[in-house]
Amino acid sequence: MRGDARRDTAFILIAGVVLIFFMPLLIDTHVLTLLIAYGMLALSLGLIWGFGGVLCFGQAAFFGLGAYTFAVAGINLGESTLPVILAVLVPAVFALALGAMMFYGRLGDVYLAVITLVVTLILFRWINSTAGPEYTIGVARLGGFNGIPGFPILNVPGRPELMIWGETLYYVAAVSLLVVFLLVTWLLRSSFGRIAVGIRENEERVSLLGFDIRARKTILFAIGAAIAGLAGALYATWAEVVTPTLFSLQQSAEIIIWCIVGGLGTRFGPILGAAALAYLKFALGQQAIIDNMFVLGLVLVLFVLFLPRGLAPELARGWHWLAGSRRRPARRRRAPRAEVSDG
Amino acid sequence: MAETVLETEGLTMRFGGVVAVDNVSLKLKARELRCLIGPNGAGKSTCFKCLCGLLTPTDGRVFLRGEETTGWEPHQIAALGVGIKMQVSSVMDGLSVHENIWMAARRFNDTQAARRKADEVIERLALGPIARTELGRLAHGERQRVELGIVMAADPWLVLLDEPAAGMTADEVARMGEVIREMTRSAAVVIVEHDMQFIRSLASTVTVFHRGRVLMEDHVDRVMSDPVVRDVYLGKRA
Repeated sequence: MRGDARRDTAFILIAGVVLIFFMPLLIDTHVLTLLIAYGMLALSLGLIWGFGGVLCFGQAAFFGLGAYTFAVAGINLGESTLPVILAVLVPAVFALALGAMMFYGRLGDVYLAVITLVVTLILFRWINSTAGPEYTIGVARLGGFNGIPGFPILNVPGRPELMIWGETLYYVAAVSLLVVFLLVTWLLRSSFGRIAVGIRENEERVSLLGFDIRARKTILFAIGAAIAGLAGALYATWAEVVTPTLFSLQQSAEIIIWCIVGGLGTRFGPILGAAALAYLKFALGQQAIIDNMFVLGLVLVLFVLFLPRGLAPELARGWHWLAGSRRRPARRRRAPRAEVSDG
Repeated sequence: MAETVLETEGLTMRFGGVVAVDNVSLKLKARELRCLIGPNGAGKSTCFKCLCGLLTPTDGRVFLRGEETTGWEPHQIAALGVGIKMQVSSVMDGLSVHENIWMAARRFNDTQAARRKADEVIERLALGPIARTELGRLAHGERQRVELGIVMAADPWLVLLDEPAAGMTADEVARMGEVIREMTRSAAVVIVEHDMQFIRSLASTVTVFHRGRVLMEDHVDRVMSDPVVRDVYLGKRA
């Protein structure tokens, strides 16, 4: 088991590093950075939904909270190291409170989806209505529907004058995604992760084994929010502006679609789904013939109908099939030789 | 005198106007085997759910090893060392047999010890060939056996089983009986059951429920020959 874990980690590291250096040859690093932020956001939902069975319709709320926290804290502090940490902590604490309310209140899955959706809507509405000068946090004006521009972008820790942007930002973002991916992998291998999957499979049974599922789901929910918050901070430093649309329903719906298309119950699937669909959206954004949302909807319908398990599991199967068809003839060739030596 | 591990005091459960369990007082000693029987709707399953925390009784109290557990959450009761198997097969379908049993053992052991414990239980229940198979792919009898494994893996001192023999073949029922007798070496076992032959083979004390009340409590042979019991329960079956 432990050998497995080490081989997994090594594989992820190698594949990750190869991708980090290979992808810029195909796609501009500026676009890639956005895809990474979205990929991390999708991974956060993929973790709590695909492995924990918690369908959250408001993952965008944590994404937006992370982005806004990064912006507001940045303006107040004049640097970005502490804001990044806060961008992770604030959504996590918010999710801890919201999750405790939902899971200790024994809400069913449907109500959980509705509440997370409503919380996102409330945040969206509220942030939209903060245009007046009286809405400030410290010296940062929330700016209503205009959002917050001009906050300090990511800098080298302790050196506010050394800012990270452009190609450097791409590498920082890519490495942080790789680190988060490894942490998620480790989490899923731990007892906590394995029991979380048990809760997904059968909540009542796991509670009858003596595990407090309310506490476990709340913690998992908060971990998902922390990852979404980090993705939000990445997005904010990339976009250099945060606006209420981060909290929008469309954003929330897109995250869910990314997960379904990429493959639920896998770690790589949601990232792949997010990157592929966000890139598709970006490419379609450069023409005006077909509507973006129409294509996104079409892709979702096609996947649900023909590849309900998503991209990643099908790719894995294709890979195994390829690897298998290369190996099988070798085995056949070896077999007669064994017979000869037996005789 | 063995210690009392399970005691209920005037346990009552009402659903609206229906009194499902009416003033039931049970007492169970350590390592005792007890079957709860009764016709459908007699209240034995409701009583069972009150014991394991899935229902909070309207009235009355439940004590486990002298500690009052009335109104506790199921996970708190299970965490005391109570192994529970529900009537409807309830397992983690998408996970392997080993993972299911590991999880039960993990509650009271660290990761490595839990794995050894799971290996041991799998060996004891002869689940080796299907240890890596997903539960969802198994036949009913195999799933029941895995459920017993899940209960055993936690090393409970009290085991609550709701209809463990339902839908099993005669061979499987016989093996189930052996496993249950083995369990009584370290735990008190409460079984809710319909299968009279199975109960007879266990030769234990039986509590007969009728309309939410305890009608009679005695050794299975004497219960079987009692005319009142025959009338309310066995007579109706024929």
